[in-house]
Amino acid sequence: MSMTRECDMALLTQADFDGELDAVQAAEAERHRAGCAICQAALAELQQVRQRIRQDAPYHRAPDRLRQAVAARLATATAAAPPARRAPAGRWGRSIASFGVGAALAASLMLVILSPGRDSTLDQVVASHLRSLQPGHLEDVVSTDQHTVKPWFDGRIDFAPPVKDFAAAGFPLEGGRLDYVDNRPVAAMVYGRDKHLINLFVWPAQGAADRAPRTTQRDGYNVVDWIEGGMALWAVSDVESGQLGEFVRLWRNGG
Amino acid sequence: MAGMAPVSESFEQVAVPHLDAAYNLARWLMRGADEAEDVVQEAMVRALTYFPSFRGDNARGWILQIVRNTAYASMKLNRGAALVPIDDEESGLQLVDPGDDPEATLLRSEDRQTIEHLLARLPVELREVLVLREIEELSYKEVAAIAGVPIGTVMSRLWRARRLLADGANVEARRTG
Repeated sequence: MSMTRECDMALLTQADFDGELDAVQAAEAERHRAGCAICQAALAELQQVRQRIRQDAPYHRAPDRLRQAVAARLATATAAAPPARRAPAGRWGRSIASFGVGAALAASLMLVILSPGRDSTLDQVVASHLRSLQPGHLEDVVSTDQHTVKPWFDGRIDFAPPVKDFAAAGFPLEGGRLDYVDNRPVAAMVYGRDKHLINLFVWPAQGAADRAPRTTQRDGYNVVDWIEGGMALWAVSDVESGQLGEFVRLWRNGG
Repeated sequence: MAGMAPVSESFEQVAVPHLDAAYNLARWLMRGADEAEDVVQEAMVRALTYFPSFRGDNARGWILQIVRNTAYASMKLNRGAALVPIDDEESGLQLVDPGDDPEATLLRSEDRQTIEHLLARLPVELREVLVLREIEELSYKEVAAIAGVPIGTVMSRLWRARRLLADGANVEARRTG
């Protein structure tokens, strides 16, 4: 049976399928579906189409030739008309002026080219976050005291993760545990935010340069990752991206 | 923490991590790899120009929006015919070539019955929302921002795109099964 939209609730079913509904709306959609054969069939077909696309549709990664061409175009464009001149003396203008675009781009390209499969780390940290929500998996050391959590990692892990607490700002440290990402042990710190949790994964960045936070979503979770002080940091949570961004700002600003 | 200097990000730090996403979108929008590469190059130069005004925290969405607009400009310039405006209120089939009987075409091209082929046959406005949602895994809100349409339009286009794909896949299943 092919998907039809004979039911007025079809787009609600689709929105539910796409994870766009809050808990109340999702419950309403589910209640409706229980008595609607059309929407049940539609949901099954949505799942088939998604599975088909995600299995078989190619993700076209940028070829190296394009990366090089973009680097060359940007170097030329920057030399011809430095954005710093057009920009009101703002932070972007300054940062571009002080950076050799060509050299910086070449360095970034190496990082991008050398990284293994697309977002595999992203998948892993989100999976770890999900695992941590299972009963008994959240913390190995339960403590709201950073001076307890930090020494706990000593001897269990071959680096010293920075441990910070932001209880005063509404992100209390709840504990830490060991986890595995990219086949290496990593430090995971757990923070609370109202009734939600934030997992912050930390491991050595192996000489990579500092990189500003990048925000992504995966499976309905918000993820922010950045590199700072030789450490790769990944924050994962179901709190909305503004709050996770606030957490990352606090972290980067000290604490 | 207040009073700390804002963290500066260079254009490369913001844009280069999204080159794959940029190319993927361009590749799905444009017909050929060469055209997609041209679009990405042009889009990155445009993005560099606009960068001083970039304040957002969604760099991928920002880049993809520029790629999308560059691709549309290129399609309009080079092949006006490839851009058939679709009527979002109308729920019927309306493939790129209105003279094409989709089922007959699908049956003809048995060897190309891949999902890629089915996707490529969608009108570009439907294809883009589906690619952004299913392959880039963006939210309705992000897709709406990139495509420059209301969220309701994203929802109805997604629905139509998925139904066309499901119908195409069913034709294939009948053919091979």
